[in-house]
Amino acid sequence: MSAAIRFENVSKRYRLGEVGTGTLSHDLHRFVARLFGRPDPFALVGTINDREVADGSGGGIRDDVQGDNAGDSDRDETSGKVSDGSRNKRRNDYVWALKDIDFEVPRGEILGIIGRNGAGKSTLLKLLSKITAPTSGRIKTKGRVASLLEVGTGFQPELTGRENIYLNGALLGMRRHEIRSRLGEIIEFSGCAKYIDTPVKRYSSGMTVRLGFAVAAHLDCEILVVDEVLAVGDAEFQNRCIGRMREVSAGGGKTVLFVSHNMGSVRSLCRQGVVLDRGELVTMAPISDAIRDYFDLNAGAETGAHWHATADPTSVFAVEHVSVVGQGQQSYAATEQSNVISPDEPFQITIQYAVGKPLPPMRVGFQILSGEGPVVVEAYDSDAHDCRGPRSPGRYCSTCTIPGHLLSPGWYYLTLNAGIPHVENLFNKAGVVKFRIHESELDRAQRTRRSGVLQPCFQWETKPS
Amino acid sequence: MAIETESDLGSEDWDEILEPNAAVFNLRLREVWLYRDLLYLFTHRDIVSFYKQTILGPLWFFIQPIFTTLVYVLVFGKIAKLSSDGIPQILFYMSGVVLWNYFSECFNKTATVFRDNAALFGKVYFPRLLIPLSIVTSNLIRFAIQFGLFLALLIYFVAIGEVTPNAWALLLPLSVFVMATLGLAFGMLFSALTTKYRDLIFLLQFGVQLLMYATPVIYPMSQIPDGISGVLAWNPLAPVFELTRLGFLGSGTVSIGGLVYAATFAVVAFLVSTVIFNRVERTFMDSV
Repeated sequence: MSAAIRFENVSKRYRLGEVGTGTLSHDLHRFVARLFGRPDPFALVGTINDREVADGSGGGIRDDVQGDNAGDSDRDETSGKVSDGSRNKRRNDYVWALKDIDFEVPRGEILGIIGRNGAGKSTLLKLLSKITAPTSGRIKTKGRVASLLEVGTGFQPELTGRENIYLNGALLGMRRHEIRSRLGEIIEFSGCAKYIDTPVKRYSSGMTVRLGFAVAAHLDCEILVVDEVLAVGDAEFQNRCIGRMREVSAGGGKTVLFVSHNMGSVRSLCRQGVVLDRGELVTMAPISDAIRDYFDLNAGAETGAHWHATADPTSVFAVEHVSVVGQGQQSYAATEQSNVISPDEPFQITIQYAVGKPLPPMRVGFQILSGEGPVVVEAYDSDAHDCRGPRSPGRYCSTCTIPGHLLSPGWYYLTLNAGIPHVENLFNKAGVVKFRIHESELDRAQRTRRSGVLQPCFQWETKPS
Repeated sequence: MAIETESDLGSEDWDEILEPNAAVFNLRLREVWLYRDLLYLFTHRDIVSFYKQTILGPLWFFIQPIFTTLVYVLVFGKIAKLSSDGIPQILFYMSGVVLWNYFSECFNKTATVFRDNAALFGKVYFPRLLIPLSIVTSNLIRFAIQFGLFLALLIYFVAIGEVTPNAWALLLPLSVFVMATLGLAFGMLFSALTTKYRDLIFLLQFGVQLLMYATPVIYPMSQIPDGISGVLAWNPLAPVFELTRLGFLGSGTVSIGGLVYAATFAVVAFLVSTVIFNRVERTFMDSV
């Protein structure tokens, strides 16, 4: 199959800290270096993008660049140490958001791009949709690229829905007559027919999103780039979007690049997956392999049966602690490392979180994903009758007990999810906790392995007849 | 981003190749042409959102030049008693105000393009040049309306025999072209520089004001002492203002050399700033 997109050693470097201070001095340095034929003094090829590691000088990489000009002569003389530190820091003012990305996407493919926050997913899409240029390498594309980085971008509040359809369509590269010929289709898909001649500023946020996606979904393009747009809509809208994307890929032979943190929608939509980590391409494989790699990356050293977050006390919603503990075990403090649960014991998933301001009825819950891929179950605290009212500020602890004899042996990952249904997604993080159900005594004795995600203990009755 | 033709790619026919360094002299005007509908829609948006939900609506297009003209007549005409070259003061100042408004609006709005549209630019790609172009176009419509006001006033004065327009008036499109191109060029240059060096915004704010005094808006060229006129001759806007006054009001200092200089200056400035603008546009999202 012919390729629709090819990334050739694409890299993108960002400057860290407060952009705008010291750029002139860096520009001059660069200019002098170029004048003498030396390489760019700020382009360090060896650095990788690791947000969590603060670099040598002790300042985090998000620090401002006040040490930027600290390497000048008088500081050098007074204390060699200071200039050492600042030199170190200056080296780290630049970071590679993407490094040597090299892959090809065949035409008609639906490719999922997954990775943790800051892995470079959005940068990749930004490069592809020409919002910013690569630092090195080339991206080759065949056909018109339409990017849907945020639904409803460029809506003009004063204009009516109809006028905005034209404006938004043109922004995405459509001609006016193309939009006119699809106007009916777009309006119908959006479900806003009644309000189409009302200024968009009077629309509800849901209507705006629907209208925005309707325009983008009816675009005439060969490559569709979609970033996290599904996070805003409700379930019905999400399904409709996914259905539409599948439709354009299958019917129209369009290539779709899809970024999401929602492994469920990635799995159901994509055939191939690319895993990015710290700006580097880790895997390009069929989607279930890619998702497994992604979870393994996430579940690196730090992920066990417990997950502690550094909660921001000012935020509306913050998860503090998540744990999975088998009931046969002691409390988490004592058994920090053990995340192996025996198949017959019930276990508890505990989520501790803080609510910073009064919230309408919300829910906190999780998905359990099997290591092989699919979502096994999804559950929310609002399943309980007494947990459906508005939430006042304070700290909460939700515990869900999962019976024994349910999951089959293997690794499981927990995706944490909190939100106000149909309104707002407060928290979503995949692979926060991983745990293992070990094999049952019987299976071990018989040396068998059963297929299936569930392994309940059914009632059997066998008697001579 | 570079858009190359398919010829140098051998057997593979990629439509587009995104590379770090685009060809410097590729103005990418072809792309602007492909997106021409967007230009229309942006212009429409600018005009409509200007007066939506205002009481007086499009009347605002008239109110501003009328009041500015009246104040100028009072301050510069009656109090400071500046010469108006024998032209009725109200016509003299209104021609200056209407022309200057057009140039300064183009300049000011274009100069903050990146800052004003950062949210939009960060989300979706389209030829960035369209925004400056739409500013110039929507201001052109405003200018046409205000110039209509000026013409109405002119007809009255012609009827009572105080001024006589002549054939130079036919060169009005040239004046408009030079003003638009210059406003666009300066504006794009500033917008490109301010993405990196923010303090240039302050320079812009009083710079435009000062530039007005270096342009024959409130005084005619003929009143300038010899020593200074040489200094002011560099200003490519001056011939344009004088040309308009000469054509419509029958009095102004115009030389063919000055007009050629103004037009050439405008075109060269436009080309240079487009190159710079396109260069900055490619990575400005990283620094804004």
